[in-house]
Amino acid sequence: MSDVHVVDVTAELEKEPIRKGFGRGLLEAGKRDENVVAACADLTDSTQMSLFKAEFPARFVEIGVAEQNLVTVGSGLSAMGKIPFVSSYAAFSPGRNWEQIRTTICLNDRPVKIVGSHAGLYTGADGATHQMLEDIALMRVLPNMVVIAPCDSIEAEKATLAMAKDKRPNYLRLAREATPIITTAETPFEIGKALVFAKGADITLIATGTMTYHALKAAEELYKDGIEAEVIHVATIKPLDAETILKSVRKTGAVVTAEEGQAAGGLGGAIAELVAEHCPVPIKRIGMKDEFGESGTPDELLEKFGLDSKHIRLAAHAVVDLKK
Amino acid sequence: MQKLSIEQLDLIANEIREDIITMLEHAGSGHSAGPLGLADIFTALYFDVVKHDPKNPDWEDRDILLLSNGHCVPVRYAAMAKAGYFPKKELMTLRKLGSRLQGHPERLRLPGLESTSGPLGSGLSQACGVALALRIDNQPHRWVYVVMGDGELDEGNVWEAAMLAGKEKLHNVIAIIDRNNIQIDGPTESVMPLENLKDKWEAFGWHVIEINGNDIEAVIDACNMGHAIQEKPVMIIAHTIPGKGVDFMENDFHWHGNPPNHEQAIKAINELRTLGGKIRSEHE
Repeated sequence: MSDVHVVDVTAELEKEPIRKGFGRGLLEAGKRDENVVAACADLTDSTQMSLFKAEFPARFVEIGVAEQNLVTVGSGLSAMGKIPFVSSYAAFSPGRNWEQIRTTICLNDRPVKIVGSHAGLYTGADGATHQMLEDIALMRVLPNMVVIAPCDSIEAEKATLAMAKDKRPNYLRLAREATPIITTAETPFEIGKALVFAKGADITLIATGTMTYHALKAAEELYKDGIEAEVIHVATIKPLDAETILKSVRKTGAVVTAEEGQAAGGLGGAIAELVAEHCPVPIKRIGMKDEFGESGTPDELLEKFGLDSKHIRLAAHAVVDLKK
Repeated sequence: MQKLSIEQLDLIANEIREDIITMLEHAGSGHSAGPLGLADIFTALYFDVVKHDPKNPDWEDRDILLLSNGHCVPVRYAAMAKAGYFPKKELMTLRKLGSRLQGHPERLRLPGLESTSGPLGSGLSQACGVALALRIDNQPHRWVYVVMGDGELDEGNVWEAAMLAGKEKLHNVIAIIDRNNIQIDGPTESVMPLENLKDKWEAFGWHVIEINGNDIEAVIDACNMGHAIQEKPVMIIAHTIPGKGVDFMENDFHWHGNPPNHEQAIKAINELRTLGGKIRSEHE
């Protein structure tokens, strides 16, 4: 059992794209604070900024297909006290405009909210060009930047509202296709706080974004195998909640990380760095292994690239064996 | 603010040039030609055109002055010191460890800088963001000025901003291109031709004014005219002489990214103090 409210993943779950939660959150953030403004690079419906645009047309800017301009205009808006949310697909923003984010947002310390939709394999049929797998690594190394990957649409809504109040530059990672809703209105959310979604003593499964659902499923399967897995959902990859993570790792002595992106430099990289420095234990990282994706359904892709619950379970067994 | 005469402004520009030479010699690295060429434009901006308060850099009703080509920041530092943002002796800390005067400008270190720049091509976009915020907040009496280099027009980011400003008719934007025709690898027209530059900006929906950028009165007049232009952003193509005021630096692209050594600095300052015998400096 967990202290926080998470649904039973063995039941039939309602699904919704995570980006829908962002759209609702942005609209609500706009209602709560008139300084919230939005800009988009020709993907207003796709990124779900359309709700905000319809309600606050004077506070919305259509930038066109120009992602370098998108974030630098955001920097200028922020300079005047606005709280700009700027969105595109993650492959283009932060994929194409990294230096502008580094200089005009991070070094310049402007609290621009960069929203990258269609991240990860859940982009599906669009193929490798659009399946952004390197965004966590790219954003995580930038000083001042906060990196958030919600696990479902409900959490995305809460994250968006929290971002509107946060005084730092933020990156929000969103997925395209519908994914299971695993949290509820009561599940807490705080930037920088990891949540223990399931308790266990034998191994710590640490997941982010859409992969938290798959980690929870793996934990159910592991339980049948006689392994009690603790599942930690890391919505904020930076700053990392070292306290929550290390507390669990010291207890279990084994770690598997899971993310829908490059494990090198991503969540897997972040956890490996933390664990190696503070509490070296056996660890395996589930994620993309220095490779690109391809067209297919998300389920097909997760299986092919070894990211589904079955592979998390196998990795967990391997790590638990290493403890002995 | 009491208006200064053109003669007084010319003297200030000359003093700023001397400070640039001294700063760069002291720093031992940095860009010479661009800052010298921009001295008249920055004098016009800081001592006539831009609404600002050195004692209150965050004054909420100020105009915003952005420097897009951050490598030219010595001219801004010298102008800011002269205007009273910080003691003049601090200019000698340029590019030194712990200095507020970084090699390329960092907003968080020095009040009044407005932004952090160096990597080229992003200043105009930030100006667009500022102008959009002014429009949302209904503050038509405030202006955003952005100084850009001509070499940085090679950057695609610039033209993304050019399109947006034209589309949104951001008339609070007054951009100034330092058209000095040089960049690191040589003359702009051989590295990557920019002409016909006026036609290009007009095609993007801008009102273009071409001036002699080493004529302070012309800079002030162009900015004032810019204030009268409605419905279009304003681009001032300011033709300047790189290294202006120092004979052996003028029009030589090798001085783009180099500082003077001690002997060269003495020679340059002697020349500036007489300005080729044309005016007498207060330092004489």
